[in-house]
Order: sequence, then C-alpha cells, then structure tokens
Amino acid sequence: MSNLLIGAVFALAAYGMALVWGVMNVVNICQGEFVMLGGYTAYFLFKAGVHPLVGIPVAAVLLFVFGWLLYRAVIFRVVDKDLFISILATFGLSILLQQLANQLFGADVRTADAGFRTLFFFDNMVTVSVVKIVAFGAALLVGAILMLFLKKSRLGQAIRATAQNARAARIMGIDTGRVYATTYALNAAICGAAGALVAMTWLIHPYLGLPYTVRSFMIVILAGLGNVAAVLAAGLGLGAAENFAGFILGAEYQSAFVFALLVAILLWRRFWLDRTRGYLK
Amino acid sequence: MPPTASRLLLIGLVVLALAAPWLAPAYRTQISFLWVMIIFALTWDILGGQMGYNSFGNVVFFGVGMYGCAVIQRDTGLDYYPALCLGMTAGAALAVTLAAVLGSGLLGLRGHYFAIATLGLGFAAGEFASGWDFIGAGSGMVTPLYPGEVGDRESFFYFLLLALTVVTFFVLRRLYSGRFGLAINAIRDDEDKAEAMGIRTTLYKTTAWCVSAFFLGVTGAAVGNLIGFIDPRDVAFAGPTFGVWMVLMAILGGKGTLWGPVLGATVFHITQELFWTYLLGWQRVALGLVILAIVLFFPLGILGWARERWPERFGHAVEERPATGEGAS
Repeated sequence: MSNLLIGAVFALAAYGMALVWGVMNVVNICQGEFVMLGGYTAYFLFKAGVHPLVGIPVAAVLLFVFGWLLYRAVIFRVVDKDLFISILATFGLSILLQQLANQLFGADVRTADAGFRTLFFFDNMVTVSVVKIVAFGAALLVGAILMLFLKKSRLGQAIRATAQNARAARIMGIDTGRVYATTYALNAAICGAAGALVAMTWLIHPYLGLPYTVRSFMIVILAGLGNVAAVLAAGLGLGAAENFAGFILGAEYQSAFVFALLVAILLWRRFWLDRTRGYLK
Repeated sequence: MPPTASRLLLIGLVVLALAAPWLAPAYRTQISFLWVMIIFALTWDILGGQMGYNSFGNVVFFGVGMYGCAVIQRDTGLDYYPALCLGMTAGAALAVTLAAVLGSGLLGLRGHYFAIATLGLGFAAGEFASGWDFIGAGSGMVTPLYPGEVGDRESFFYFLLLALTVVTFFVLRRLYSGRFGLAINAIRDDEDKAEAMGIRTTLYKTTAWCVSAFFLGVTGAAVGNLIGFIDPRDVAFAGPTFGVWMVLMAILGGKGTLWGPVLGATVFHITQELFWTYLLGWQRVALGLVILAIVLFFPLGILGWARERWPERFGHAVEERPATGEGAS
C-alpha cells in the first residue's frame, strides 16, 4: 500500500514532462535534475528550521524562477529544432547540473526527515507512513490545480492553443515565447515540489535525477500527452510494479528493471501500433 | 578534395599514427583511446548519420564484447594470445547476435522513441551487469595479465586498436560507396518512400546495426584488456560517458560524412583530456557546456559548417543545393 503511494511522486514529475513535451515538443532530459534541485531546496530550508511542508511551495517558486531563466538562456533555442537536438541539449544541461550540485552541495546523501508517524492497519499487516499520504495528496492536488489552470485560466487557454498550433496561436496574438517560458517554468516548479517530497520521504543526492527522468518518460508514453488522470494512474502503477519487482528480483535489479521496462513498453507500443495499422488496412 | 590530395593526407596520417608511440611514448594510452573514440564516432555514424537513427545505446555492444572476451579468457584456460583471439571473436559474435535480435524489435521504432529506447537499453545493460554474479557483479572483472615487459602491453594494444580503426574506416568507406550506403541514405531521407521503392528496409537497418555492433564488440574486447579492469557502469556500459560521447563526436565533426566523425573524435578527445587535466572536479560542468555549445551553435558539425561556408571546395556539395548555385550565377 505504502509502495503504491510512491508512484504519486513519479506522477508529479511526469505531469511536467507531459506538459513540456505536449506544448513545446521538447523531451526534457534534465527533469530529474529539477527534482534533485527541489530536494536540496527543501533540505536547506529544513536545516534552517523551516518545516518541510512549507518547503514544498518554496521549492516550487524557486524552481519556477530557475526554469524561467533556463528557458530564456538555453531552451528557447531548441524549441523549434529537431527533437533529437532538444534531447541532447537537455542531456548536456543534466550532467552540468549534476556536477554543479555535487561541487556546491557535496556528494553526501541527505534527507529532510520531517518525523512523520507511521500508521498501522489490520494488526500491522498494512503500514502507511503519513509522509507518503501527504505526497499522494500533493500529487492529487497539483494534478487538479493543473487541470483547472489549463482549462479555465487565460494563460492556460493560451498554453493549450499553442500546443494545438503554435503558428495559428501567434497569428491570434498570443505571445508564444512567453507561453513557452511559462510552460517550462511551470514544469520546473512541479518537479521542484516533487523533489521536496522526495527529500521528505527518502534521500537526496546529486545523481538521483536520471531514474526520475526515465520514469516520467515511461509514464508519459503510457498515459499520453494530454491526460492528467491517466498520468496519475500510470505513475501509481509504475510505483507498484517497481516495488513488486524489487521484492521478486532483489533490490540490486530494481533500477535495471526500470530501464528494461522502458524498453519493453516502447516495444509493446510499437507492436500495438502495428496492430492498429493492420486494422486500418 | 581531389583524390590524390586526399590519398596523400590519408598516407600521412597513417604514417604519423604509426610513428606516434616513438614520438610521444608517454601518451600511448591516451592516443590508444583516441583510436577507440574514432571507432566509436564512426560506428555511431552508420546509424546516426547515414541512416538517421539516433542511437544512445551502441555502448551496449562495446560492453558485451568486453565481457564476452573476458569470460572466454577466464574460463577456457588457453594461453594469452589464443584466448585473446578467441575472446575477441566471441565478443564480436555476441555483439552481432545481440544487434540482430534487438534490431528486429527496436529498429521498428521511429525518431525519438528509438533514441529513448536505446538510452534505456544502455542503462539497463549496465544495471544488469552490476547485479549478475557470473560476471563479477558490481565489483567487475579483471582481465588476465599481459605476458611481456611492462611497457609492451600498451604498445601491443596501441597497434591493435590502430589497425582496428584503419580497418573500420576502410570497410565503412567501401560500404558507403556501394548499394548499402545508398540504401541506408534512402532510409534516412524517407523511410516509407524507400520501402515503397522496394528496398528491404528492415534487412538493411538490421545489417547496419550489426556492422556497427561487430566493430564495437571487437574494440570492447581489446579495450577491456588494455585497461585490465572491467567496471560494469564506468567502463563497459558507460552510457552517460562513452554512449553520449559517440553521438557528440559524430555531431561535432559533421554527421553523415566519413571524415566528420574522425575529425570530431580527435577534437573532442583532446578537449576532453585537457578538461580532465586542468578542470578536475568541474570537468562534467565544462563538458555539459561543450555539449550545449555544440548542439546549439554547430548542429551541422565542423564539416557541415565548412561545407556551408565554402561549398565549392566540396565539389558535389554545390550540386546538392542547386538553389544557391543558380542564385550566385
């Protein structure tokens, strides 16, 4: 049960990736590094005596600014380029941020343990730590806010219009550069919130990013680009599958399982598409 | 470039490469790695440049060759050289088999799905290798000691890798100038059209990956013995370093050309060695900046940039863009 809730954090990072991919057609490989930076923000706030729950919005705001700056500095150059270029460029950003964090914060493993209790149900058969329920709640909340924001607000509508057809949106007077910057910054903010949750729940270190990137990628492929509820479901499913695999195969194969699952999902998707094409014929 | 000039250049480079161990004996291992990098870039370019399939997972074949060779050397109990020969053959065979099996599934993916799937493949291989006890799990494998004087091992593998580089270069040049090259270029330009024209795309794509895997497997076997120690994540299946470098080197030099990867690998390797020497601790930050600079400002690579700048020096490049030619006249 507790393991199912872990997936909520994966789903958070995946919301952001789906957003950036869908709107800007950029596959953001440094997704996991945003999670890492959010985690460090929460950690340092915790060190300064702030309750980690407060750290979540602060990390989100800081990462929003960071994402905006990053877009203005680098990402705007790759938006209209080939997707492969954006993969490589964000990969470069990713290793840059990793070692920068390593130099600035040190390679030690940190945590911002908030001291939440663990709840026991059914004679200790099921244990759920409160912090994971908080994470799950936050994932639901952010998902709901995101959906409302995209549906109702003027900026959200502009984002959706740009996703549908950037050129038409520009003709209609939408400043697509600003829309892209906001989208990217929003993604960074969501990842930052996820990172704060990671710091509260587990450990953070400078090199934790890549598995999160891969997980978000898998979730997005499974769920599709425009479906917030499916992203959450896929995230929870992945969390469960991963822990189950860690249990069956042994913990040393757990990350191998994540990467192998990615390849398997892509292959499955290909054969599935082949079959749909077969029907069309 | 006129044919005689290019032939002279080639001969000059080979002579220089043969003389290098005596000119700069202290840098033998670094230059050996330069050959490895050139092979990396050349073999990546078969798929990435000539066929339009951007693979981040070619390093898998390198690692498989390395481990295959090391296992043969450990378990057959032969003398050093027979075991090495057998091991290199086995490593290459294993890599080619793997490429054929994986290719039949993965090469059906298009565009960025292929790129990400191969990225996952590279990491998955590293994680599996560091969990599998038969090949030493996380603590890696040690290859047998070289029978000879202290410096002999470096010289032996220097010439072995140089020979491999030269063979790779000429085999690829032969392949690109024939039907194979035309077929994979057609796949790059428009795969559906190529298939409609009767090219057996799946066959060509898998063959191309097998060629790439063959050279990477042999190289991996040799490099494992040159280093002497095989670490699953940092040497054999080093996705974030070797796996991405091969892409960058090919792009830096100019993908889709024969000389581009060679040039790119040379420039990249030298820059990189300088970073590791003078910027230790920040080398990955510098590398990240270099990646960004290459990708953002030189997406066509050095050769591509030179070709745009001086199209007349590249002969047929002017024919490729008739619009600019007519505009000038």
